[in-house]
Amino acid sequence: MAVSFKNALKSGDFIVTAEVGPPKGTDIEEMKQHIELLKDKVHGLNMTDNQSSVMRLSSLAGCHIIRQMGGIPILQMTGRDRNRLALQSDLLSASVLGIDTVLCLTGDHISMGDHKEAKPVHDLESLQILKAIKALESGSDLAGNPLKGAPRFCSGAVVTPEADPIEPQMMKFEKKVRAGAEFFQTQAVYDLDKFKRFMDYASRFDVKILAGIVLLTSARMAGYMNQYVAGISVPENLIAEMAGVPKGGALLKGIEIAGRMIRRIREEGIAHGVHIMAIGKETAVPDILQAANL
Amino acid sequence: MIVAERKPFDEIKTMLSGCRKIFILGCDTCVSVCMAGGKKEVGLLASQLRMSFKKDGREVQIDEDTVERQCNREYMELVLDKLQNYDLVLSMACGAGVQLLSDLSEPLQILPGVNTRFIGMTPKDGTWEERCRACGNCVLGETAGICPVTVCAKGIMNGPCGGTDHGKCEINSEQDCAWTLIYRRLDKMGKLDNIRKDFPPRNHLMQIHPAKQVHEAYKGE
Repeated sequence: MAVSFKNALKSGDFIVTAEVGPPKGTDIEEMKQHIELLKDKVHGLNMTDNQSSVMRLSSLAGCHIIRQMGGIPILQMTGRDRNRLALQSDLLSASVLGIDTVLCLTGDHISMGDHKEAKPVHDLESLQILKAIKALESGSDLAGNPLKGAPRFCSGAVVTPEADPIEPQMMKFEKKVRAGAEFFQTQAVYDLDKFKRFMDYASRFDVKILAGIVLLTSARMAGYMNQYVAGISVPENLIAEMAGVPKGGALLKGIEIAGRMIRRIREEGIAHGVHIMAIGKETAVPDILQAANL
Repeated sequence: MIVAERKPFDEIKTMLSGCRKIFILGCDTCVSVCMAGGKKEVGLLASQLRMSFKKDGREVQIDEDTVERQCNREYMELVLDKLQNYDLVLSMACGAGVQLLSDLSEPLQILPGVNTRFIGMTPKDGTWEERCRACGNCVLGETAGICPVTVCAKGIMNGPCGGTDHGKCEINSEQDCAWTLIYRRLDKMGKLDNIRKDFPPRNHLMQIHPAKQVHEAYKGE
């Protein structure tokens, strides 16, 4: 494994990232088990930031633990819970803790989570967090004040290849590229022919694109995502494939499908890598990698 | 206009417990148009309260009036005298009206009869939609007359977030995605370059509360 995520991106290797969710509480044993299991099998480990607007241990603390354990953390930062002071402050803090890779996100709406009555912040959105990183790297904060010591980051963002309509999504993608995003982790993709068409467009830009792979765990979950999750469409044949397995076999089938997709993405050079989201089933990630011949 | 909705009857009745002489004061401007606190709504609430108190065996005197604008001192000075001998006044105006009345009639207790919701417009009869957050830095000229600060649930300025789905917002499937609306209208106008521009972080200096504005001609008074 490379010593930093930036180097991994430069290496030309097929990049694999996965995701770890911090706990709701101070018991970090399970999170540490997941980090231990994955840290040497991937190029970087995302630590989610109050994912789905559910309050948890911070992404910053989680990334610090990944580093302590010898892994390469990717700090997820959303603009939902912190204003520009807090975001810049946390970026400086991340830097001094040796956390140098940041994924910039707008964040799910607060009403989707477990503190629905809280005040949504959204002082900075994804693009503006990317620009805040550039400002800090240039030695001044967003207000133009000089810094005593500037950080260096490898910054990334997200894109939804199946967004409908796709045109404003592409415009925002290009703004993120211009703002200095070096890599993109995409929303989950399942229809690789459709994704290939998106990549025909996206590969014109000098950025690394990691295809989002969300592990399917049941036909019901696949159907739910298809119907209710923004920007995700699961083809009927995949839902049928999940539904066709005997009771108790759905997870294995999901692993097989994820492995098959990753193999094709790699063999056909569709994207520069994959970002595996095994939401709640992190222990299945090594099996997915094995199924993908990685 | 300011859009408000009347507080639930039980909440109003609880606020009025222990009172014997109540004045209900309506406002005939915004809250009248949105059918929350105008003359008609004041009359209905007064009748409902009279019947309810009578049923409870309580003797409560309820009088009523409606002024043109409770947020304007000139109109309010016309009614202040008649409010003096009441236990309290239930104001059916927006929060601004309730506060001006409280200032002008101190130490009389003024209670709010409506919840003030937003600055909105009427797309069809009986429906009001929020369209302005009074942010103090209007960008409607750039965004095809659709306000991203208000219509986007996250108030973001640089195009759609990942929560957009077939033109709808992640907060609910009935809610239009502001940036899809903006994109479609700018496309028709031939002005898609407006989205390609980077909007800087918003300037919240204009949002320091309480805001105040004095017309040039009145400065120094």
